[in-house]
Amino acid sequence: MQQGFGAWLGFSPQEWAAIGLSLKVATIGSLASLPFGIAMAWLLARRQFPGKLLLYGLVHLPLVLPPVVTGWLLLIAFGRQGIFGRALDSCCGIVFSFRWTGAALAAAVMGFPLMVRTIRLSIEAVDARLEQAGESLGAPPWAVFFTVTLPLAAPGVIAGLILGFARAIGEFGATITFVANIPGETQTIATAIYGYTQEPGAEFSIVRLTLVAIVIAFGALIASELLAARVSARAAEP
Amino acid sequence: MIEIEAAHSFGDFRLEARIQAHGDTLALCGASGAGKTTLLNIVAGLLRPRAGRVAIDGTIFLDTKGGVDLAPRLRRIGYVFQEPRLFPHLSVERNLRYGQRFAPAAQRFVDFEAVTSLLGLGSLLARRPDRLSGGEKQRVAIGRALLVSPRLLLMDEPLAALDDARRFEILGYIEKMREAFSIPIVFVSHRISEVERLASDIAVLDNGRLVEMRRGAAPSAT
Repeated sequence: MQQGFGAWLGFSPQEWAAIGLSLKVATIGSLASLPFGIAMAWLLARRQFPGKLLLYGLVHLPLVLPPVVTGWLLLIAFGRQGIFGRALDSCCGIVFSFRWTGAALAAAVMGFPLMVRTIRLSIEAVDARLEQAGESLGAPPWAVFFTVTLPLAAPGVIAGLILGFARAIGEFGATITFVANIPGETQTIATAIYGYTQEPGAEFSIVRLTLVAIVIAFGALIASELLAARVSARAAEP
Repeated sequence: MIEIEAAHSFGDFRLEARIQAHGDTLALCGASGAGKTTLLNIVAGLLRPRAGRVAIDGTIFLDTKGGVDLAPRLRRIGYVFQEPRLFPHLSVERNLRYGQRFAPAAQRFVDFEAVTSLLGLGSLLARRPDRLSGGEKQRVAIGRALLVSPRLLLMDEPLAALDDARRFEILGYIEKMREAFSIPIVFVSHRISEVERLASDIAVLDNGRLVEMRRGAAPSAT
């Protein structure tokens, strides 16, 4: 079915694999980093602690570093010989280097600053006096977070998730450095397009994948708008 | 008996007051900037003073000398803030019930139906706070604080934002509530005339200091 439909649209199996992998990597990368993103955003928005500025800098570093540097650092840390890479391999059998899981990790790391920034702004916009009211009503801090802060920040959390997803779809530099460009394993839409630009006569593949990238990015933006509008409409219901 | 003792300063403002009320309804009066809300926040535990002591009927909430400083959520003090601070994403009923589940079951003595009928909230339960009038919001805020089954109720200018008719109405509710649940109350007002009817003890504050303690119209416990 997929073959027939793909052939009808003119996609080669390799292009289909790249599209599927892009969606898988971006979905898993952004969803898996969401709990960490929410926790980090809350820390930066609501807590004062020594080293906060340093943490802020570390989280936002992937936004300003050349992506190839981030990719290389991931290779050093999470490659087969890296400190974390070796530990994760021996304890849980998780391998990142030259696997799709590595592409998901690279996408998550690159999207993380955007996600944290969006969620942090929405947590900062929650009236701290409402959290204080929750505390005065006997709620422990975790309950205040889950019953007051998080529901009121929900539109920002959704926007942050989708922004992280869209950033992950567009991820290129860190991915190709960390997990290379292996068709069927780590080749995403972005790295596939790059590959085709190096081949003569692949113009139609480039055009097809470019259109797919535009459709996915556009769909993510529209979905984020609609979801945020629905969440704030629900919050305003009688 | 309500005992509040606090020394605190921020910027140019210095608060140094020692208040003992023998009755069960203490009013803190004074011009704005006298330190009334600061004292309430100290009693609630939302502000920790440089030095101080807070005790209600022998239960110590704060004693900086003795090293006692209960977290706000462990004090079980109901706080009606100056602005209602209702949770905008929850219905009136869920606002009211918010604190109920955090109070230990053995210490719950305030009943949901009793509160809603006393404060006339029965017809509002399904609404969202943004569909309530100012007086209704204030009643929900009072009910929400009551349903914590508090050992003490704090009210910061509960009548300030209301017109005269509403003010009279809420005053009536507060009196009914005091009779029904016999919870000690500390409330703040900038008008002595407003508090005389309600209070057993009145503390007049000026610029962070206690300038006068007097009896109000409400019967004192001793």
